Amino acid sequence: MNLLETVNLKRYFGDTRAVDDVNLTIADGEFISLVGPNGAGKTSLCNVVSGLLTSDSGKIIFKGHDVTHAAVTARVRAGIARSFQLVNLFDDLSAFDNVALAVFSREGKIRNMAALAHLDHDVIVEADNVLGQFGLAGKRNETARDLAQGERKLLDVALAYALRPKLLFLDEPTSGVSTRDKGQIMDTIASVVRGEGITAVIIEHDMDVVFKYSNRIVVMHQGAILAQGTPDAIRNNDQVAMILLGSSGPDAFTRKD
Amino acid sequence: MGSPATGASTWRLLVVTVIILTALAVLPRFVEIYQTQLLTYGLVFAIAALGFNLLLGYTGLLSFGHSAYFGAGAYAVAFIVRDLGVQSMELCILGGLAATILIAALFGFVCVRHTRIFFGILTLALSQVLWSLAFKFFWVTGGTDGIRVASAKLTLYGGLINFAGPGAFQRFVYAYYYYVLALFAVSTVIMWVIVHSPFGKALQAIRDNEVRARFVGISVQRYRWIAFMISGAFTGLAGILWVPLNGLTTPDILYWPFSGEIVFMSVLGGFRTFTGPIVGAVVFNYLKTYAVASTEYWQLLLGLVLVILVMALPTGIVGTVARMTSKLRGRI
Amino acid sequence: MTIFIIQILNSFFYAAVLFLIAAGLSLIYGVMRIVNLAHGTLYALGAYVSAWVVGSALGHAVSGTLGLAGLLLLLPIGAVVVAAVGAVIEPTLLRPLYRRPEEYHLLVTFGLLMIMEDVIKFLFGPTPLTAGLIMDRMGSLPIGLLIYPTYNLVVIATGFFAAIGLWWFIYRTRFGVILRATSQDRRMASALGINVGRVYIQAFAIGCFMAGLGGAIVVPAQAAVLGIGIEVLVLAFVVVVVGGLGSLEGALVGALIVSFVRTAGIQFFPEIELAVLYLIATAVLLVRPTGLFGRA
Repeated sequence: MNLLETVNLKRYFGDTRAVDDVNLTIADGEFISLVGPNGAGKTSLCNVVSGLLTSDSGKIIFKGHDVTHAAVTARVRAGIARSFQLVNLFDDLSAFDNVALAVFSREGKIRNMAALAHLDHDVIVEADNVLGQFGLAGKRNETARDLAQGERKLLDVALAYALRPKLLFLDEPTSGVSTRDKGQIMDTIASVVRGEGITAVIIEHDMDVVFKYSNRIVVMHQGAILAQGTPDAIRNNDQVAMILLGSSGPDAFTRKD
Repeated sequence: MGSPATGASTWRLLVVTVIILTALAVLPRFVEIYQTQLLTYGLVFAIAALGFNLLLGYTGLLSFGHSAYFGAGAYAVAFIVRDLGVQSMELCILGGLAATILIAALFGFVCVRHTRIFFGILTLALSQVLWSLAFKFFWVTGGTDGIRVASAKLTLYGGLINFAGPGAFQRFVYAYYYYVLALFAVSTVIMWVIVHSPFGKALQAIRDNEVRARFVGISVQRYRWIAFMISGAFTGLAGILWVPLNGLTTPDILYWPFSGEIVFMSVLGGFRTFTGPIVGAVVFNYLKTYAVASTEYWQLLLGLVLVILVMALPTGIVGTVARMTSKLRGRI
Repeated sequence: MTIFIIQILNSFFYAAVLFLIAAGLSLIYGVMRIVNLAHGTLYALGAYVSAWVVGSALGHAVSGTLGLAGLLLLLPIGAVVVAAVGAVIEPTLLRPLYRRPEEYHLLVTFGLLMIMEDVIKFLFGPTPLTAGLIMDRMGSLPIGLLIYPTYNLVVIATGFFAAIGLWWFIYRTRFGVILRATSQDRRMASALGINVGRVYIQAFAIGCFMAGLGGAIVVPAQAAVLGIGIEVLVLAFVVVVVGGLGSLEGALVGALIVSFVRTAGIQFFPEIELAVLYLIATAVLLVRPTGLFGRA
């Protein structure tokens, strides 16, 4: 069974077709890269599926259930999680509390107002584990606001990952960090996500990263899916090269932000 | 609100709490009766501010209508005593809380649909509905004269203590002080647990980042609504306890400037800390009492304090003291 | 029928005063995103100053030479004084807070309210002040079998011309363009060479002037008493919430709605007249958070 299926999914902004009749099928365990020029609709597609935006028409089927009109929280509980391109954290809380919130939520303990959060041993172990997996163990007590940009990006992903989703959207997890940190962040993310068998959809501009980590690449252009296939198939697809070249110069496949 | 408390800091907190409570418990032996009364008022307002700050400090919602819940509690008690002839303070508390929670649930349901300035205006407008009703339905509420609730009519601890006979006033002041102190202690502990519970963390998450809170699975509006009801209940309890102390309830406590005073208390103490509103309420009570006693223009004085506070010490008393001590420690 | 006409005139009278207050509140919010809790107290200050000026003039020998027209011309002094107070408040108390969360705006203007209430008490004493003599001297008009104070028509006319004047000012003058530009994008306005600081002082002073004018024109008909500002602020809130915070048209329509509902309320359901108004505001906020004329 497919994990996710979108059927004729549409979302327009006035005349702009952000998501235009997208039929995307994702199987369990895939690591998919969503690529395309700026404004191709990658983030919009991610927003519509995760529930940040509503769709104009079409369906979103997740694990066989129609979640097209489900609230964000319902999608999260069903197993869809996401990170954000612009870091989106609980800035006044510690790194630990950020992750712990996600753990409490996943374990259905977050409504509890009669117990002290910092005495829940299971959650502490779990949250510290997640922080450790993302190399943030040393920063657990620092306020999210005070972390470095790369650490904030990782914490953003850790927050989504701590929900133990079935399907994880990662919206440019390495944007805005130095090239040196980029590889490290991607290695961390890829190892964690693969290790847990989480299905991931990553939006990424760096084609080196895309070819290295994904087992399927989906190319979007003007809101629609232009092509999809294995990294090799996409590498040799002239049409794709045209689109990506056209938008980002002759080094499209080797471009480094 | 940073890191989870370690074992050592939990112990320190417990010791400090016990010392403060002991000090509050023995205080009436050393001061005159008027001071005991005054402190009772301070503790009552502390409960109100504690409730208010669950919304402002922890959920990020500034209510300018908390007079509604204070007043709802107060009027509920007045009605219960006058119309039902109830004498037991415990029954008054239960009835008053039920009424307050009902109103907070109703108003909150409407208000949590908005945030920021619209939330403030909505809470204000709804509180003024209650005020105008108390003001206009004078045959029910006594209008501006209010409703008298004589302490002599009440009993504490299920009838164990009553206030009939000679020396009743003095006995009431002392007995009621300990009654309020006990409820204050219980309220503080309950609130402390709430803000340190997973639910309390969720509220802080909502305050910091509503969108992300939704994406970790928190139903933002529902959590805000629950926080609103808890907040209203605490402030309502304060209103309930205030009535026998004051002996009278009038529409003034439903009028919106009283909501402003509750905000004032929390900011005075520092709304970004747990203890801030408690300290702020007690200090505000002294400040206002002495200002009223010493000058006709006490509002001017309080207004100046508020303006200076906002301009120069936005973290309030507790925030400022905490910063200064950590600076001092840094130097040593 | 006659009563009906009088009720309609009364509604317009209310609406004129409420519009002046609410338009000022809305203008200030529209331009600098500050909800001024002291706005009602500025209205009260206008009423007190005007009543005092008229009263002092009458106490002097010159009063004989002033005549009715002279007294009427003295009334706006209250508005000018309030505008001047506003021009001092904005740069000293509000400007340092624009970057801070709006909680602090509410707090500082609440402090200002407390201060000004007592300043009024200090300057003018606890007894009500009135410029009722103007109203008496203007006499009344017969309407059917009843009579109606002529002065009330002056108030209605003032409200009407203030609305037109403000509209012309905001939509037809250069300063209006600058004001609207600044309200839409402060940084952009600043980049275009607009002196934002000066625009803010001017906008705040104009808003205060409107509140003061409301007080000034009401004081011949209703005495200025302590606390009127606190009472009127909530009504002004209802007006701007119904009409839309920051919208001039909204302030006008809101003032009319509130006034007519209020007049009908006093007639038919006096106990819940105010409660109904606050509930209307609540309902509008729920259905259309930006009010009838507001933009997001």
